[in-house]
Amino acid sequence: MKKIATGNKAVAEAVKQVQPGVIAAYPITPQTEIVEQIAEFVSGGELKSRYIPVESEHSAMAACIGASITGTRTFTATSSHGLLYMHEMTNWAAGARLPVVMANVNRSLGPGWNIWAEHTDSLQERDTGWLQVYVSTVQEAYDATLMAFRIAEHNDVLLPVMINLDGFLLSHIMQPLDTVDPGDFIPPMNLPYAIDTKNPAGYGCLTGPDQQFKVRWDIERSMRDSVKVIEKTQEEFAKRFGRKYDFTEDYLCGDADVIIVAMGTLGKEAEVAVDLLRKEGVKAGSMRLRWLRPFPKLNLKGKQVIVIDRDYSFGRGGILATEITAQTKEQVASIIAGIGGQEVTYEDIADFVRHRCMGTEFWFGVDKYV
Amino acid sequence: MDTIAEIPKEEYVLKCTSACAGCSDSLALRYVLKAAGPDTVLVVPACCTSVIQGIWPNTAFNVPVYNIAFGAAAACASGMSNAFRAAGKKTNVIVYAGDGGTLDIGIQAMSGAFERGTDFLYICYDNEAYGNTGMQRSGATPLGAKTTTTPAGKTDAKKDIDAIIAAHDPPYQATAAAAYPQDLFKKVQKALTFRGPTFIHILAPCPPGWRYSTEKTVEMGKLAVKSGMWVLYEREYGRLTIGAQSKAAMKKPIPLEEYLAPQGRFKGIDAKTVDIIKQRIARNLAKLSAEEAAP
Repeated sequence: MKKIATGNKAVAEAVKQVQPGVIAAYPITPQTEIVEQIAEFVSGGELKSRYIPVESEHSAMAACIGASITGTRTFTATSSHGLLYMHEMTNWAAGARLPVVMANVNRSLGPGWNIWAEHTDSLQERDTGWLQVYVSTVQEAYDATLMAFRIAEHNDVLLPVMINLDGFLLSHIMQPLDTVDPGDFIPPMNLPYAIDTKNPAGYGCLTGPDQQFKVRWDIERSMRDSVKVIEKTQEEFAKRFGRKYDFTEDYLCGDADVIIVAMGTLGKEAEVAVDLLRKEGVKAGSMRLRWLRPFPKLNLKGKQVIVIDRDYSFGRGGILATEITAQTKEQVASIIAGIGGQEVTYEDIADFVRHRCMGTEFWFGVDKYV
Repeated sequence: MDTIAEIPKEEYVLKCTSACAGCSDSLALRYVLKAAGPDTVLVVPACCTSVIQGIWPNTAFNVPVYNIAFGAAAACASGMSNAFRAAGKKTNVIVYAGDGGTLDIGIQAMSGAFERGTDFLYICYDNEAYGNTGMQRSGATPLGAKTTTTPAGKTDAKKDIDAIIAAHDPPYQATAAAAYPQDLFKKVQKALTFRGPTFIHILAPCPPGWRYSTEKTVEMGKLAVKSGMWVLYEREYGRLTIGAQSKAAMKKPIPLEEYLAPQGRFKGIDAKTVDIIKQRIARNLAKLSAEEAAP
């Protein structure tokens, strides 16, 4: 069904269709509309979930964990400080091998109080064992949310999945949305180790130095196995609903000399910059990274790589740039842009390419082009 | 339930726990689980019970135990209870948490779960310090008690968690002591008959923490009640009933010193502090008596 929706509403629509048994929710700007919309669906009877209006994000994730271990499908949404507040429990959800699905609306971290887009919040969750996907349109927010449940609950994965969408730039922007009837695209959840009082077991007990590494390795093994599950899920989605997704969204990369790598809405904006640059005779391409975890093998051979980070790791550099330089031997120019919702236009992105200085870091708005 | 013989023979706390000798946490849990029966899940935050259950792949408990982070037990139980109820299951969800996980780090999640009317039983077994990490002070440590972080004796009073719970107006709350297993058994059974959040606060004397010899665990709980330091009561839909043992103690209490003297943690406590504790006991008893007598 075709409609117009915000990114937040698109996520809520998808959640309505997969009918989680338990949803735990706590408001935070700019995510609030997701939990409000879900509350509407629940109160109107369209969504038959138990809706737990928890008193904090730490409790939101803890409640999802408690519900998930009974074999129940769960969902929550958060942003920024909310995500950081649940950090202990995001680790727990992954460690406990629970397929919780969460939407994170990317937002800057305080102080100062800044509610605008930035990826540092979810990138600080990079090492928790969550699968992370970054979307760039309202439609993609919806599609990725549907797929997230199937991927998380797949028995070769059984890890939580986080869908990331840019605060305001996507959460509050209206775009066309085509909803589908998921049918049996998402099979019922089957948690092999769900709590059963007829077969009592201890969960998360004391685990010694001779065992813990095996538990952690098993997370990594599943993270690696998740690559195939993501591929198959995206293929199946394309077959059923006609929209194709990959680990990256590549735009005119084939013959490009220089490739812009970015996540979220900046990655989409980069496509417009590529068109502009191509008109000027610059063979540019854009590679929008969708999945951060598991991190895909990027085909950047023989290209100059411009990485735009809407995030930063103080004392080291752009987080995405660091990930990419660790994988490729190609020349990389790191651009730090869009922090705290800083406006970045396709003209600005084209400038990053025009003035590129390989092997350097450039803070947009701070550094001057040489 | 008039005699101990009526308590079920089934054991859910099996042999070979890794509890300390004379541990009243495990003693209390034995009766809690006998009262709750097999269709029960325990949610346990970081506390002595995380250790007592044993080391993976073994467990000493014969009901499912879900271990969760320190401040998250009530929230986790709240998700679990909602999931069970949504699936039409009546499974008991019982949080079994220490005093640190209840009065301190877990209080926010607990308050939230009570305010939301979560269908669960929250049990706080109270050994009046962070026992598992080596006896540091908690909000439940009584005035004057020495812990590893109050080497000169605690200068603040014990937090009244029962009053805080009462402010949430749950259908049922009670205090109990490991030293009175029949009373505890009955209270757990009763708590589980209510829909909504219920709370039981169990005094759980701890030999290494309180510094008394292990065989005195039961006696220590009884001395706490007999001196009025610990009061056994129930509050059902807001109506308070003080237990018979505490009624007797109110009429004819033993001197507080008989409770303090066997405990190394009160060694060297000054007369002024003892006097303040006595005044606090008197004030608490007067408050509870007045509440019970109120129409």
